[in-house]
Amino acid sequence: MMPMQTLEEIKKRLESAVPGVCVEIVSNDSPCQQRSLLVDRDHGPQVAAWLRRDDALRLDYLSNVTGVDWPEVVTKQKIKVKRKVDGVEKEVEEVVQTRSGGYLEAVYHLYSMELKQGAVVIRMRTGDRDQQNKLPSLTPIWRSAELQEREIYDLFGIVFEGHPDLRRILMWDGFEAHPMRRDYVEPDDYEYEPTPHDSVLAKAKAHYPPEVAP
Amino acid sequence: MDEGLRSELSKQGIFTSTLEDLYNWGRQNSVWPLQFGLACCAIEMIATSMARFDLARFGAEVFRPSPRQADLMIVAGTVTKKMAPQVVRLYNQMPEPKYVIAMGACAISGGPFKQGYNVLKGIDRFIPVDVHIPGCPPRPEALLHAFMTLQQRIDGQRLTGKSRPRHLNAEAPSEFPVPQFGAKDLEPPFNPEVWQPPRLVRSE
Amino acid sequence: MKTTVVEPPVPSGAPVGLPAGDGRFSLLPKTSFDGRVETELLEVAMGPHHPSTHGVFRMDVVLDGETIVKLKPVFGYLHRNHEKIAENVSYLASIPYTDRLDYLCSMTNNWAYALSVEKLAGLEPPERAEYIRVIMAELTRLANHVCLIGFLAQDMGALGTPLMYGFREREKILDLFEALSGSRMMCNYMRFGGCRLDLPPGWVREARVVVDNFPKFLEEFDNLLSGNEILMARTQGVGVLTAELAVNAGITGPMLRASGVNYDIRKVDRYGIYDRFEFRVPLGDHGDVYDRYMIRLLEMWESLKILRQALDDIPEGPVMDPNAKIRNFKPKPGECYERIEGPKGELGFYLVSDGGANPYRYRVRPPSLVNLTVLEDMCLGHNVADAVAILGSVDIVLGEVDR
Repeated sequence: MMPMQTLEEIKKRLESAVPGVCVEIVSNDSPCQQRSLLVDRDHGPQVAAWLRRDDALRLDYLSNVTGVDWPEVVTKQKIKVKRKVDGVEKEVEEVVQTRSGGYLEAVYHLYSMELKQGAVVIRMRTGDRDQQNKLPSLTPIWRSAELQEREIYDLFGIVFEGHPDLRRILMWDGFEAHPMRRDYVEPDDYEYEPTPHDSVLAKAKAHYPPEVAP
Repeated sequence: MDEGLRSELSKQGIFTSTLEDLYNWGRQNSVWPLQFGLACCAIEMIATSMARFDLARFGAEVFRPSPRQADLMIVAGTVTKKMAPQVVRLYNQMPEPKYVIAMGACAISGGPFKQGYNVLKGIDRFIPVDVHIPGCPPRPEALLHAFMTLQQRIDGQRLTGKSRPRHLNAEAPSEFPVPQFGAKDLEPPFNPEVWQPPRLVRSE
Repeated sequence: MKTTVVEPPVPSGAPVGLPAGDGRFSLLPKTSFDGRVETELLEVAMGPHHPSTHGVFRMDVVLDGETIVKLKPVFGYLHRNHEKIAENVSYLASIPYTDRLDYLCSMTNNWAYALSVEKLAGLEPPERAEYIRVIMAELTRLANHVCLIGFLAQDMGALGTPLMYGFREREKILDLFEALSGSRMMCNYMRFGGCRLDLPPGWVREARVVVDNFPKFLEEFDNLLSGNEILMARTQGVGVLTAELAVNAGITGPMLRASGVNYDIRKVDRYGIYDRFEFRVPLGDHGDVYDRYMIRLLEMWESLKILRQALDDIPEGPVMDPNAKIRNFKPKPGECYERIEGPKGELGFYLVSDGGANPYRYRVRPPSLVNLTVLEDMCLGHNVADAVAILGSVDIVLGEVDR
């Protein structure tokens, strides 16, 4: 069996096969080194179809689909900049704000059953977490995405365009929030705890009568 | 009846009893459970009814799929908020006299999944529970113990008077309101007529 | 197009007793003028409380007579927020929760999670631990498959006997688990970097007794069921799944192999030490319920082969990686997806670490949920009673489907 192509080779061939596509390799510093391809959302289905069709890859099996929520994080960093102050060059400390995140992400793990190789990981990102929460569905290409994309829609709120049956799957219809998001606040129903501690204790205390609450 | 007379009669081969004892004896030895499993505990419930533990020794091996034919609901596993209305509805469909065993930590209080947004923190928020069994999951022996506890309970019921069981008291409720799905949670989150958070008092 | 409905003539002398004129109350079926019976579609909600849905699963079925014309599965009645809870606790504290995913196979769930964390953090379990893991996984496979066959037979009306036989053997395996971990079902046994405890003295001998006696039971089971006329009539040609659809829909495990696709992750990924054992991968060629039943039976024979080799070869030594840090464990930022061949199919864990003590994202790839994708395709055109057999052959556990 031929060793599988590297991600760089796949990226190169992908860019020539799908014109106009924007692919980026996402690095992974952990010891397992599983890197992934970040595909722009407009070309998602075309890229997926090519990966499935290509003779060297034959990624006919979509194993895992999942969502990841990346709320916007502002990190402040102090850096020293050389600047001319009153004609004299001095080192000045400046605070630089870097914004990262602010989108929802769908991650697809692909394998090949025919050539027994894998995994190739592709990911797509939404524009933001509120209004531009749409991604193209890959269910028309791999049916195994059908229930898993429904689950992501339910728990993360990514709307998959082109999905045949996009409804809530785990929570009931009429439920409003998307509970797997990082900023979801769950209903407060710890009225009483026999042996409370930590966060459970903090929640239960809110219901204690005033003469008991410390 | 005089105890001496009763023992004298039994030596003659005449056994006397009260109607109450006979009635309770019959009821406690034919408790038919509802065939109703929710999660992990259901597997232990099945194991209890299988050869090694043999629930049939207690007259309770007849698991009925229909709530109309069942006397006992074993709430075996995590009750989620999505499932809670169905559990209450099944309970309402059972005829009196009916009993409930809350099997396992989840059915009692939410157990290990207590912090879940979709997990009901104990089925006794909506229906009255007769026997609680702790454990995650409780061993089959624990379920047998719960059965014996329930049998003792049935045996001790007085059929007349103020403390008579619910099915002989026309005023006592037999059905409980089914919660509705709300936008964030069940509505209501608990039934105040059945369950209220225990009153906490500061002890000096 | 206008069609005229012609009422069939009521035979003279037949007791009618029903309002004449309005055909709605006639006991005789309406027929259209070409002789076809006109029927009304009926919508049935099977579940969430239904004795044959293996828990709290619901199928909304549309029936034409007894034939299924549409089927929509409804999930979520056991959605107990495993992923959300795991993202709020440490890596170690998630292991007991993985036990409760697929509550018939806690050991393989432990292994999948431990493997994923090990890859994420670069840990290497010692050799003895690898052997113990293989032994546990194969024992779990035996316990799962005997239960499944029992439940499948029970769903089709064989009340009691096969299930009791299956549970009898399962209890023997659970005794081994209990001697090892202290718990029958929820073993909480494996850790990232090895296993929690070494085998107690005499355990290997006990395990060998169970393994040596298992073939006798399997033969008995085989004689009881495989040639059984009712079982064959109910399962052969029912719920056929083609290989092409199975691959496209991401079906894994015995269900995929029953459709004739040779894909066993124990052979493909060779995770753990599976490359050291000699075993074959049974394949079906019809992809119907009977093949799925048969694959599981044959897989148990192969598991016994692996078990015998592992019990013979198990070396002495430590069971934990000395470098593994169980408490205050903080892997480097990054992500990892690892999978194993669970008894139900590909069980994978996808973990994203941000360098903290809790996983940033924790995802379970549930084989049972993905295998249900094709439930409607398999059931269409069959009787409603067959849907129960087909669902039984998929082998779902709701703890894993809904998590």
